[in-house]
Amino acid sequence: MPKEHVEEYLEAVFDIAGKDGTAKTSKVAKKLQNTPASVTEVFQSMARNGLVQYEPYKGVSLTAKGAEAAIKIKRKHRLLEVFLAKVLQLAPEKVHDEACRMEHCVSDEVSDAICRLLNAPARCPGGELIYPCEKGIESCMECQRTAGRSSSGAKRDIVPITDLKPCQKGTIAFLRGSQKVIQRLSDLGLTPGTEVTLRRKTPMAGPIEVCVRRTSLAVGHEIADNIFVEALGAC
Amino acid sequence: MIGFPGTRSTSSFSSSSKRGCKDVDLVVALAGNANVGKSAVFNQLTGVDQIVGNWPGKTVERAEGTLQYHGRTIRVIDLPGIYSFSTYSMEELVSRDFIALERPDIVVNVVDASALERNLFFTVQLLELEANLIVALNQIDLMEKKGISIDYKKLEEILGVPVVPTVATKGKGISELTEGIVGLADHRRVPPAIRYGREVEDRIESLVSLLDKIEIGYPRRWLAIKLLERDEAITKHIAATDPRIVRAAEDLAKEIERIHGEPSGVVISAERYKIADEIAREVQMIRTYEDTLTDRLDRIALHPVLGYVAIVAVIGGLLAWTFIVGAWISGILSLAFNSIEQFEPVVSGPIGDILWNGAFTGFVAGVTLVIPYVLPFYIILAVIENSGYLTRISLMLDRGMHKLGLHGKAIIPLILGYGCNVPACFSCRIMETPKQKLIAAFLVTLVPCTARTVVILGLVAAFVGVWWAVGLYVLDIILIIILGRIAFKIIPGESVGLIMEMPSYHVPSAKVVLKQTWARTKSLLWIVFPAYIIGSAVLQAIYAAGWLNPVNSVLGAITVDWLGLPAVVGILLIFGIVRKELTILMLAVIFQTTDFAEVMSPVQLIVLALVTMIYIPCLATILSLAKEFGWRKASAITVFEVAFSIFLGGIAFRLLSLIM
Ligand SMILES: Nc1nc2c(ncn2[C@@H]2O[C@H](COP(=O)(O)OP(=O)(O)O)[C@@H](O)[C@H]2O)c(=O)[nH]1
Repeated sequence: MPKEHVEEYLEAVFDIAGKDGTAKTSKVAKKLQNTPASVTEVFQSMARNGLVQYEPYKGVSLTAKGAEAAIKIKRKHRLLEVFLAKVLQLAPEKVHDEACRMEHCVSDEVSDAICRLLNAPARCPGGELIYPCEKGIESCMECQRTAGRSSSGAKRDIVPITDLKPCQKGTIAFLRGSQKVIQRLSDLGLTPGTEVTLRRKTPMAGPIEVCVRRTSLAVGHEIADNIFVEALGAC
Repeated sequence: MIGFPGTRSTSSFSSSSKRGCKDVDLVVALAGNANVGKSAVFNQLTGVDQIVGNWPGKTVERAEGTLQYHGRTIRVIDLPGIYSFSTYSMEELVSRDFIALERPDIVVNVVDASALERNLFFTVQLLELEANLIVALNQIDLMEKKGISIDYKKLEEILGVPVVPTVATKGKGISELTEGIVGLADHRRVPPAIRYGREVEDRIESLVSLLDKIEIGYPRRWLAIKLLERDEAITKHIAATDPRIVRAAEDLAKEIERIHGEPSGVVISAERYKIADEIAREVQMIRTYEDTLTDRLDRIALHPVLGYVAIVAVIGGLLAWTFIVGAWISGILSLAFNSIEQFEPVVSGPIGDILWNGAFTGFVAGVTLVIPYVLPFYIILAVIENSGYLTRISLMLDRGMHKLGLHGKAIIPLILGYGCNVPACFSCRIMETPKQKLIAAFLVTLVPCTARTVVILGLVAAFVGVWWAVGLYVLDIILIIILGRIAFKIIPGESVGLIMEMPSYHVPSAKVVLKQTWARTKSLLWIVFPAYIIGSAVLQAIYAAGWLNPVNSVLGAITVDWLGLPAVVGILLIFGIVRKELTILMLAVIFQTTDFAEVMSPVQLIVLALVTMIYIPCLATILSLAKEFGWRKASAITVFEVAFSIFLGGIAFRLLSLIM
C-alpha cells in the first residue's frame, strides 16, 4: 500500500478518534469517501504493521507508533498551510487541499526548514495547534541557530501545557510567542526548568490556571498553547 | 463620579514632585508586586484612605501622603504594583525611572511573605537599581496560616538590607517599619551586589567596564543587565550616546543565547529566579499546606456551569440588594423629611428665598434619592473587591471578552464601572495595549454607574416595575457586547491575551470594608453634594427668572417630538451632563414631588431612564477619558453616545408606545 494512502488513514483516525482514542470504521470511511469494507481491509493491514489496533465492530485506535506518525504528518500539513497562505499568498480556501497533496512528499528536513522560516508558528490558518517538532532540543530558538544540523538528542515527552491533565505536573521546556509575552511569562516565574502544576482547565478553550512557586496564574489559551512542558506524573 | 477618592493625589509621574515642598525631610516610595498589601501599608503609614482590593493591578496611579515622625515630615509615595522592571507595561517603565532617576531617599519593598520567591525576584531588581532599600515582609499572618515560617534575621543578612515583618491590615509592625525607615535614612547600608551564573556574570562585568564613561543616572551594573536583556528603552538611550556599546551588548547577548538556547531576557529572568529560589530556600521552612478554602470556593467559582451561575448571582445580587435596601432606606428618609417640611414651589418673592428653597430641595433629594442607594452598593462592592472573586470572574469570562478584542481582565473595570465610571476608566490601565485600553474605557462609559442606577431605580423600578428596570440592565449589557464588537473591528492596534495572577480568597475584614465604603461615600458628600445643592438652587433661579421655557423649547424638537418626553426634560438632560443623578433630582425639584408616576407616563419614564443611561459620560468621566486618551478620542466617544442614545430613545419610545 502506498505511503501516501497510509498517512491519509492515520490522519483520518487521528482527527476522528474521540476521547477514548477509537474511531468508528464507518466514520473513517465517510471521511475518506470510501466503502467500509475497503477501509476495514486497510486497517487490517495497518494493524499488521503496528500502526493501529483494530477491533471489529468497535473501531480502530492509533498505537504509539501510529500516533507519532500521525502527529508528524499533521505537523507537516499545518506548517504547509501556513507556508502556502503566508508566504505564497494562496487563497485561504485552496490552502487545505494543496497541503493535503503536498504533505506526503515533504521530508522532515524540509518541514523543519519551513518551521524555521516561519519562526515556529503556533497555529495554522484554520486555528489548530501546530505540534512542536520532536527534536530533543531546548527551544525553537536553538533550532533556528543549529539550522541544517540534524539533531540526535534524546526524545522527550514535550507537549503544550494545555495538554496536561488537571493536577498533572510538568517542567517548563521552552516558550514560544512574541518577545514581550515570553518576557512577561518568565518574569512571573514560568522560566525554563521550573516545575509547574496545571491546576485547572476551563471549557471551550478558556484560560488555564497554573501553579508556579506557590502562586497561581491564569493564562489565556492562545498563550498557554505556546508554553511547552515536559510532562511529569499526576499528583 | 461617585466614589472617586477625594483624598488621593493624582499627580503624574512626570511632574518632578520629589522636593515639591520645602518642608519635606524624607521621600519614601513603596514598591512591590501587585496585591501584596502596598496600599494597606500606605494607609497605615499616612492615614490616607487608598482603596484596598484583592485583585492585581489596583494601584494604577501614584498616590501620595505624608507622615509626621519625631518632628520629621516624611512623604510617602505608593507606586503601582509590578512584577519586574522590563517594559511590558507603562507602569514598570515609569516606576523604574522614578526609583532610578528621582532617587527617593528610601524604597520600602513590600513583600508578600507567602510567595517569597516571586517577591524576591523583584527585590533583587530593586537592589540592582541601587535603591536604599528596606523590606516590609507583609501578610505574615497569612504566611503562618499557610504553614510557612521565615527566618527574618537570616533574610536580612543575605539581602544586606533591613527586614521588618508586618501585618498591614492590622497595623502590626508599622511602627517598627517607620523606625527602620528613619534609621536607614540616617545610616545607609550598601548591600553586596547580587551575582549571576558565570556565563551571564562575566558578560555583565565586561559591559560594565564599557559603560565607564556613561553618566545617565542609572546604575551601571543595572544598565549592563538591561542591555543584555535587550531592553528597548535603555538600548535606545545608550545607542544615542555610544552605539558601539549597544553593538557589543548585542554580541554578548547572542553569546548567552547560544549557550542557553533561550532569548537572553529569559535567561536572565531564569537566573534571577534561581537566586530568589536559593535565598528563599535558605530562609523559609514550609510544612505541607492545602488552601482548602480557595480550593473549595474555586470548585464552584470556576466550575463550567456553576461558575456562570455564580457570576449572575453575585452581580444580580449586588444590584438587587442595592435596590431592595435602597428603596427601604429611601422610604424611611422621605417620610422623615416630608414631616419636617413640605415641598412647596417658591417662584416669587425675594431671591434669597428662592435660592434657599432650591438648595434645600436639592439637599433633601440628595439624601433621600442618592445616599440610600449608594451606601449599600459600595459596601457589597468592597466585599467583592476584597474577597478575590473579581479575578475568578475574569477567568470565566475571558473567552467571551476575546470577541470584543479584550481579555478577561477587562471585566474588572467594567464591574467597577457599576460603582463609578471615573476610577473604572483609570483602572483600564491594567489592559496591556493601547487598543485594549481604549475599547475597555469606551465600554466602561456605557456601564450604568451608581448615579445612573439611581435614575433607573428611581424612575423605572419604583414607578413602572422592577422587571422593566432589569430589562434596561440586560439591554445595556447587550449594547455593550454589540458596540464592543464594532469597536474591536474599527479601532486599529494589537490585542494580547490574558496573563493574570490569581490571589487566594480572603475573608474581607469588616474594618477594611467599612473604611473603603466611607472613603467612597465621603467624596460623595464633600464634592458631590454641593453640586446638588448649587445645581438645584440655580435651577430654581432659572425657573423664577422665566428662562426655563426658552431653553426647553429649543430642545423641544428632540425631547418632545422625537423622544416623546415632557418639555422640561430638556434642561434636565443639560444638568445631567454634570452628574447623571441630577436629572432625577431636578425632576423632583421642578415637579415638586418624588412621585414621578403622577407627572409622566410609564413609557416616558422608561425612555428618560434609557436616554440618561447612555446619552453622555458625565463631565468627570469625559475629563478622565481626555486625560487617558486625549481630547479627540474623548469627544468622539461623547458625540457618539449622545447621538446613539437619542436614536435609541426615539425608537424605544415608538416601540413601547405600541405595547404599553
Ligand atoms: N491577612 C492579611 N491580609 C492583608 C495584609 N495586607 C494586605 N492584605 C489584604 O491583601 C489584599 C491586597 O492588599 P492591597 O493593599 O490592596 O494590595 P496592593 O495591591 O499591594 O496595594 C487586600 O485584600 C488586603 O485586605 C496582611 O498583612 N494580612
